[in-house]
Amino acid sequence: MNNVLDQIRPFISTEVFMLMFSMGTFLLGVFIYKRTKIALLPPLLISMIIIIPFLKFTGIDYPTFYKQTRILNFMLGPSVVALGYVLYEQIEHIRGNVVSILTSVFVGSLVGILSVVLVAKILGADHIMMASLAPKSVTTPIAMSLSEKSGGVPSLTAAFVVICGIFGGLAGPIVLRKLGIKSKIAQGLAMGSASHALGTARAMEMGAVEGAISGLAIGIMGIMTALLIPFADRLF
Amino acid sequence: MIKGSFFILLFYFLGEMLSLLIRGFIPGSVLGMVLLFVCLFFKVIKPDNVKDAATVITKNMAVFFIPAAVGLMVYAELLSKSLFTILIAIAISTVLTIVTVALIQERFEKNRAKNGGPNL
Repeated sequence: MNNVLDQIRPFISTEVFMLMFSMGTFLLGVFIYKRTKIALLPPLLISMIIIIPFLKFTGIDYPTFYKQTRILNFMLGPSVVALGYVLYEQIEHIRGNVVSILTSVFVGSLVGILSVVLVAKILGADHIMMASLAPKSVTTPIAMSLSEKSGGVPSLTAAFVVICGIFGGLAGPIVLRKLGIKSKIAQGLAMGSASHALGTARAMEMGAVEGAISGLAIGIMGIMTALLIPFADRLF
Repeated sequence: MIKGSFFILLFYFLGEMLSLLIRGFIPGSVLGMVLLFVCLFFKVIKPDNVKDAATVITKNMAVFFIPAAVGLMVYAELLSKSLFTILIAIAISTVLTIVTVALIQERFEKNRAKNGGPNL
């Protein structure tokens, strides 16, 4: 068995295989997600669940995987830049709501950062953990760079962002219903602010306006959090 | 598609340069996003220039998270040790964020409907 693995390892640790494998697992994830409609199993999670054991089994280390798939990682940057276009596309929903949107997301960002850091501190988390948790509500590329700048671990933050997205996608609609929120803008804004793209995916199911506003909230939350974290930094 | 890719990379590059100027206070990608939005808003560039590329990459953003998410394997031990702390902190904070944002936005809308205040 080990002999066979040794023989095939040079072929599966190539760039082309790793990229194909990554895309394939994600595709399978999309298929499972669409079939089961379980919000607990977003495609990214399914990809992770397949790739990590695969690498362990074949004895390929993470630096090798990272090196071969770094083109995907690079694309995180341009994808954030492209959100500028999405923001522009949704400008109709922003008109008349600029002040309220900026105010609510700003306060939401502040509450989100402070609460996650304080709860973690009470439960005995160290500096690295708190710095990695603080940007959990923003989209991964922004969250990772914010985490790195304040002394956190970007990969850890990527995990927290996913956990936060899954949780918000599940709990968000329930919380909004319990609160009796009627406004579509308020609903979409809350979903995107708290749970970025995964919250937005759920908001899209609630309605077109909710989805669009949620997409907008991802960008605003990213900016607000980027502005607030350097100050909140002193807390942890 | 080539045109769209060029403009997005151009704004990414400008964002990175700006980020260097302010010593990385805000990530270059975020600044690139703001610059792109501002340039579209003030009609410095046409939406059609970036539409195709921007739509494709934002619709499939989750794929780009794979390398980072798999990076978790390196931190599996650290993560499993503090799993309770992490889950509780994230759950409480996420609910509080949802409540805060939704309540403030709805309050604004109700006040405006009642007072007929300025449409900002």
